Amino acid sequence: MSQQLEASIVLEGVGGQGTLIAGKLLGILAMKLGLDVKVSEVHGMSQRGGSVITYVKIAPEVHSPIIEEGTADYILSFEEVEAVRWAGLLKKGGVMIINKQQIKSLPVLMGQMQYPENIVEALRSNADPEAKIVEIDALSLAMETGTSKTVNIVMLGALSNYLGVDEALWKEAIEEAFASKPKTIPGNLSAFEKGRANG
Amino acid sequence: MAYSCEGNGNPRLEIMLGNEAVARGAYEAGVKFVSSYPGTPSTEITETIAKYDEVACEWAPNEKVGAEAAIGASIRGARAMTCMKHVGMNVCADPLFTASYSGVNGGLVFCVADDPGMHSSQNEQDSRHYARASKVPMLEPSDSEECRDFTKYAFELSEKYDTPVIMRLHTRVSHSRSIVPVNAPDEIRIKDYTKDSGKYVMMPANALKKHIVVEERTAKIIEDTSADDGIAGLHRIEMRDSKLGIITAGAAYQYVRDAVPDASVLKLGMVWPLPEKLIKEFASKVDRLVVVEELDPFIENEIKAMGIKCEGKELFTMLYEYSTAMIRAALSDLPLPVKAIDTDKLPVAPDRPPVLCAGCPHKGLFLALHRLKVTVTGDIGCYTLGALPPMQAVDAVICMGASVGMAHGFDKATDGEASRHTVGVIGDSTFLHSGITNLMNAVYNESSITLIILDNSITGMTGHQQNPSTGYNIRLEKAPQVSLEKLCESVGVYPENIRVVDPVDTFETENVIKEELAKETVSVVIARRPCALIPTGRARKGINVEVDYEKCKKCGACGRIMCPALVMGEDRMPVIDTEACNNCGLCVNMCRFDALRKGEE
Repeated sequence: MSQQLEASIVLEGVGGQGTLIAGKLLGILAMKLGLDVKVSEVHGMSQRGGSVITYVKIAPEVHSPIIEEGTADYILSFEEVEAVRWAGLLKKGGVMIINKQQIKSLPVLMGQMQYPENIVEALRSNADPEAKIVEIDALSLAMETGTSKTVNIVMLGALSNYLGVDEALWKEAIEEAFASKPKTIPGNLSAFEKGRANG
Repeated sequence: MAYSCEGNGNPRLEIMLGNEAVARGAYEAGVKFVSSYPGTPSTEITETIAKYDEVACEWAPNEKVGAEAAIGASIRGARAMTCMKHVGMNVCADPLFTASYSGVNGGLVFCVADDPGMHSSQNEQDSRHYARASKVPMLEPSDSEECRDFTKYAFELSEKYDTPVIMRLHTRVSHSRSIVPVNAPDEIRIKDYTKDSGKYVMMPANALKKHIVVEERTAKIIEDTSADDGIAGLHRIEMRDSKLGIITAGAAYQYVRDAVPDASVLKLGMVWPLPEKLIKEFASKVDRLVVVEELDPFIENEIKAMGIKCEGKELFTMLYEYSTAMIRAALSDLPLPVKAIDTDKLPVAPDRPPVLCAGCPHKGLFLALHRLKVTVTGDIGCYTLGALPPMQAVDAVICMGASVGMAHGFDKATDGEASRHTVGVIGDSTFLHSGITNLMNAVYNESSITLIILDNSITGMTGHQQNPSTGYNIRLEKAPQVSLEKLCESVGVYPENIRVVDPVDTFETENVIKEELAKETVSVVIARRPCALIPTGRARKGINVEVDYEKCKKCGACGRIMCPALVMGEDRMPVIDTEACNNCGLCVNMCRFDALRKGEE
């Protein structure tokens, strides 16, 4: 199976939302396509509750693992305010998929900082007309599968509408990524379908 | 290059972190022994090695201990490795410099991971200087496949040239995943050991002779790099447009390839010693020669010393990580990427500062220190976050173990006066790493410091590694456990000055610290409670603190602990995030109106 694909994909959100696993799954997908891939992440101080980002670059040949300002084809934002934080990475003609979930950080909870309102509208009104900004309620869709843990796979389902990779290959990649936890495979496949139908 | 998953006879492809690939390379090379101290971004190398049952693998209490054990294994004939973050190389510099003289029997590899950009480090040192200073060859891979290949080759080089070899990684190589074709491992072979005092006993008469060997060795490696095979294979000349030639290595190579795809490149695989002949050959083929390297002008200065004209740091900074865009802007007229969203017009995204977790035992201690208004000499670990708001309880952090030494320095600078209102704080793992020698010094030199050991029964910041005080080894098997109380007593701290407290009981902790501060002898307060993220520290699911809203007086005392699991509602009454709450009870202890109650275990 070899499909031509060049994609720089940013996965960002809050620690614990499963961006790392989603990154690994895209890595498996790229290998199935016979392509080169790099998945980059930062460990250490970005523990639970911190802002986290994973870069995935897929192409016949990938050099730098980092996705820089104005170079992301796709941004999957797992949380609303994180979409603002990383918005500068999106390139002209890129697609940003935003999970409508809001996770308030401690300075917001303590009333020291404001959680902005109407984030998606603000992003849309300041975006180049060629860029596409999509909203999805990934948390509710994930809860339909019985656990909030599948938010990441719902997000990948939404992304699958834009990537042009065969659905069957995605499903194989999901089965492979969760091979060590076979009980979670049906829920994740269902999460993928829900994301694909709603993204 | 594109890879295929299919086809017969191809090796199995795996996506690996750079660190996992280093481990794989060592395993494929038949490594027998690995001993390391954890440190971001190097930790996963040794954790991955631990999954290979054939390898004797362990966490050492510090990098010097790990390196010395690896040197011993090498002398006895086994292939051995020790891994560390960049500052860890400072700790094991002593054995490194003399192992360079003695050389090896089994291949010996030091693996060091730098952290340009300081994602999780206290400085941005460039470890390449260690290779030159210790006269040891250093390899620098650019992706996971090279991590595997270079590590494997490092063991061969080590044995061929009778020298330790340093593998230099950095964050973007250690923590990026890319495709590695996996090979079968070589058999673990233990070479014969023959007594050879001229080689292994590094006293002046022998070392004088060995220094000659070391200098000859470096010259031989440089000469061999000019041959067509062997070490030369680590380097690669990629001729494209000859107008611009770039010499680079490591992660910077990847940025260069994206930034100026038409430029010719000399990619160095070994960054010490440098291949002079190859560099001259490349320089002669290009009109303009530029060195692109993160951090210090290490390669640049060496090339200039060879009498070759080149540009480098006049174009690029010595600070932080590089990027494709900065290299492109400096070296070409190619267009820079344009953002799709005008970010200047977006609302401000509120910060997500790193915070102490819900149930973190350090929180209660720092609240006590905050109330006591003491000066705090701090150390390296999660508890460094005690320097941030709301506690802002830490005054100085330098390196592993320095909390104890700095507290002693405060004592001696003021004839003991500062010790009445100064404490040192250090974690269990950091105390065993290099706090214990400082404590011995404080007792011996009649200091009157109060040291607080934050014993959360794990090495927390690096992602939960075991240490000699936890009772488990790297493979999570039961292991002999060091008693911190007995250890402190054994270096001369009076038993009555060794106090154990539960930091969740923040007011009792405060009282005990106050009592120990008053004493004019060395005191140790052990604040003991397991990290909330490890099994022994985690509350059972579904058990959390509950609020009695009838009793709440809206005083806000519980909110001041800044627990991620306790939010102040609009009516100024607390709301517990039942998912996040660890039922530690710190907020319960803060409440004077009995409005909070721990869930029943």
